[in-house]
Amino acid sequence: MSQSTVTPLAAPAVQVPVVPLLQLGTWVVFFGLLAMLAIFFVSADQGAISLPAGNAVHEWVHDARHLLGYPCH
Amino acid sequence: MGTVPRDRSVLSPAAFLLRGLAVGLVAGLIAFVVAFAFGEPYVDDAIALEEAAAAQPHAEGAEHAEESSHADDGMVEISRENQKSWGLLTGTLAIGAALGGLASLAAAAVLGRLGSLSARGSTALVALIGFVAVTLVPFTKYPATPPAVGSGETIGGRTASYFGLLLVSVLTAIAVVVLANRLRKRYDGWTAAFIAAGGYVAVVTVTAMLLPTVNELGDFPADTLWYFRRSSLVTLAALWASIGVGLTLLVGRLHDRAAADLARRELAASL
Repeated sequence: MSQSTVTPLAAPAVQVPVVPLLQLGTWVVFFGLLAMLAIFFVSADQGAISLPAGNAVHEWVHDARHLLGYPCH
Repeated sequence: MGTVPRDRSVLSPAAFLLRGLAVGLVAGLIAFVVAFAFGEPYVDDAIALEEAAAAQPHAEGAEHAEESSHADDGMVEISRENQKSWGLLTGTLAIGAALGGLASLAAAAVLGRLGSLSARGSTALVALIGFVAVTLVPFTKYPATPPAVGSGETIGGRTASYFGLLLVSVLTAIAVVVLANRLRKRYDGWTAAFIAAGGYVAVVTVTAMLLPTVNELGDFPADTLWYFRRSSLVTLAALWASIGVGLTLLVGRLHDRAAADLARRELAASL
């Protein structure tokens, strides 16, 4: 009978499946960090900050950085 | 409590993330095709202008010429052919997967929680808000610049300003969605949405006005600049549109399966 998981703000009478926020939070942190790392390497590495020294990453993703609108020079 | 563990099998965060990554990679591929077809001609034009400027003895910024990298201390030179094909593809796939994955988790968070919006409706809304908050708003203040525009000395400040605006824009967008969801109970859904959208526009406008303006165009030709920026925006729009359409399709189907599952269990429990 008990059917509420994490109750939506205005719980509707009809059953709507939701994803429990606590369970989702773990994934958001995990993937959020991964995504930030990926975005960093494409958008900013070896521009303002260099993680491996040199310009190989910068040069390789150079065109994507310009065309996807990230600051570059 | 009873239905939580069984829900996990269908409507789990991992199921969303998997779909988001798949959709993001396809979107990245589509963005690559668009960028290659519409954007690369202007990148080539800009690099040609940059090299022409570098060939002049007194030209400013000659040391920034993209192709004049020195071969010492880890400096490599990558051919234009590789940059505009495999290099560009690497970038669009990585950004596509990252944004697709993040959008799928956002879609999971709002599913079933935004009033009468269906799973498809709330997922499409996530992609629309993502395009506006992640791409369109930062673009209006710090638009894409072709090679030859933008000095190496100011890259630190420009990067900080760009990501500062991006961060404020994304956090505000999340905040106003939560706000609209609260207001929805006091007003109707449209009123709540308009108040939230107005609040978002106000916050990002003030933030954009406070952040420094960048103008390093010099005598770069206006037509090439506009064509480049247009192609960049079209690329980003294609990326987000692909994420939106693909995710709406896959999340919609995932939700249908979960709803059918739930209905079956309700029926079984009532017998």
